[in-house]
Amino acid sequence: MLITRKVEFSASHVCALPRLTAEENRRLYGEAANPHGHGHNYVIEVTLDGQPDPVTGMVIDLKELKEILNREVVDPMDHRLLNREVPPFDRVVPTVENLAIEIWRRLEAPLSGGPGRLHRVRVYETPDLFADYFGE
Amino acid sequence: MVRVTRRYAFAASHRLHAPQLGPEENQRIYGKCNNPFGHGHNYVLEVSVRGPVDVETGRAVDLTLLDQLVQRVVLEPFDHRHLNTQVAEFASLVPTTENVALVAERRLREQWPAGWPRLEKIRIAETERNIFEVDGCSQNESR
Repeated sequence: MLITRKVEFSASHVCALPRLTAEENRRLYGEAANPHGHGHNYVIEVTLDGQPDPVTGMVIDLKELKEILNREVVDPMDHRLLNREVPPFDRVVPTVENLAIEIWRRLEAPLSGGPGRLHRVRVYETPDLFADYFGE
Repeated sequence: MVRVTRRYAFAASHRLHAPQLGPEENQRIYGKCNNPFGHGHNYVLEVSVRGPVDVETGRAVDLTLLDQLVQRVVLEPFDHRHLNTQVAEFASLVPTTENVALVAERRLREQWPAGWPRLEKIRIAETERNIFEVDGCSQNESR
């Protein structure tokens, strides 16, 4: 059974490579290359795969999952400039693809050994663009 | 590998009517969608591609180029059109959203540049309640 919990945070970012010119970055990343940065209301869906406990009827304690998501993802990223305040985005471009991979990486250890296996991380940068990462 | 999904919208009209069937049969199968003058929807199209994330750029797909392709092969030809009369494939194919999804997928696949990440899936919502998905590698069996 798959169970999904959704959290949101707001953050700013700049998508640009230092070795490229402003024009090339704009070609590659569009408006996201604006050097002053801009923000999104990111929506994160975290999906776990597991079976309901025969006694509690729950795959995972959702309060506990929420605490993990807040501690590992929302608290460090909410209302931050990702490029400056959230490693590894000081050296890795904070595209929606890389955010999905990084959020998976942050959640993998805290969720390992628990009742549900991490199945998918989905990151919506806007309602019109999202990335899914399945861990490989 | 990351799957990236981009969402687009187009508005179009259609009429569901199979010429091989009689009027009553068409009415029974398609209901209001068989009304002779057609009707329209705000279609929402999602295109999903899957590929490795480039280590340097952090991108699995060039969104500018993807947007241009979808715009050229699907949105421009479909948007604010009557599908039955203005989109070639539907001259002889009922424009159910199943078929609209298959046609859109085939149009994208035929123009898909070599070396791009895989076209994994397309999904079309005709309304919020009716949603259709086809695999990117599906052979278009509609005729």
